[in-house]
Amino acid sequence: MEIRRDVFQAIADPTRRAILSLIALQAMTPNALAEHFDTSRQAVSKHIKILTECQLVKQEQSGREIYYHFNPKKMKEVADWLAPFTKMWEDRFSRLDNVLNNLKKKK
Amino acid sequence: MTTPNHTTIVAEKGKQEFFITREFDAPREMVFKAFSEPDLLMQWLGPDNMEMEIEKFDNRSGGSYRFIHTDCNGSGMKFAFNGAIHEVAAPERVIRTFEFEGLPERGHVSLEFLTMEVLPGNRTLLKIQSVFKSVEDRDGLINSGMEGGLNAGFRKLDALFLKGI
Repeated sequence: MEIRRDVFQAIADPTRRAILSLIALQAMTPNALAEHFDTSRQAVSKHIKILTECQLVKQEQSGREIYYHFNPKKMKEVADWLAPFTKMWEDRFSRLDNVLNNLKKKK
Repeated sequence: MTTPNHTTIVAEKGKQEFFITREFDAPREMVFKAFSEPDLLMQWLGPDNMEMEIEKFDNRSGGSYRFIHTDCNGSGMKFAFNGAIHEVAAPERVIRTFEFEGLPERGHVSLEFLTMEVLPGNRTLLKIQSVFKSVEDRDGLINSGMEGGLNAGFRKLDALFLKGI
């Protein structure tokens, strides 16, 4: 039976989110990607297979090498492009608000 | 109208830069201090699910820095960042470079301009401008912010599921 692959299932796993974070910055070869993880090459390939099946990752041949590309179009099904980046900064700044409040109390 | 402490991010399509602005309810010297002292910086800069280590932070004109974030959620992945500090003009301006070391090749460096302006009522306006080598580099960095946002998305989904949708 064919198992349904969707974006939410793909990003539920921390290693797959880490893979996406890396290739979102720049396309990578399987070797370059595997170097970032303690797990085996096979384990990383399995994650890539799942990400490819739900179209979050595209594979492109360039000379002898295969490069994994991030597919941001698919990501828009999950979140608006800038929204997560904004959220990251909002979280960071609300922690900074707390740091500043603590500094004010010490005075 | 936006709320006073609203974070604004502008990243126009096809441009090599983005702008971040945010107001803080604290005097400028204090905001500058929170950006300059390692023990304070560690309390807010790293993402919630990451452990932050400051390997080096020589915060002066001609200085440099290197920060390492380690994922605590199973993958154990390390993200390291480094840069050279061009100018520290306390308490109003810092100009420095930024490079993510996780990329397969070196050289994808951006230039950051941080300015802090005094506002009435002991408030401070922070402005960050980041300029990248290419549009692709800028878009790549913005895409890398998705993880935190996605986790927040999951929490919202969880809340929906609890309500039985």
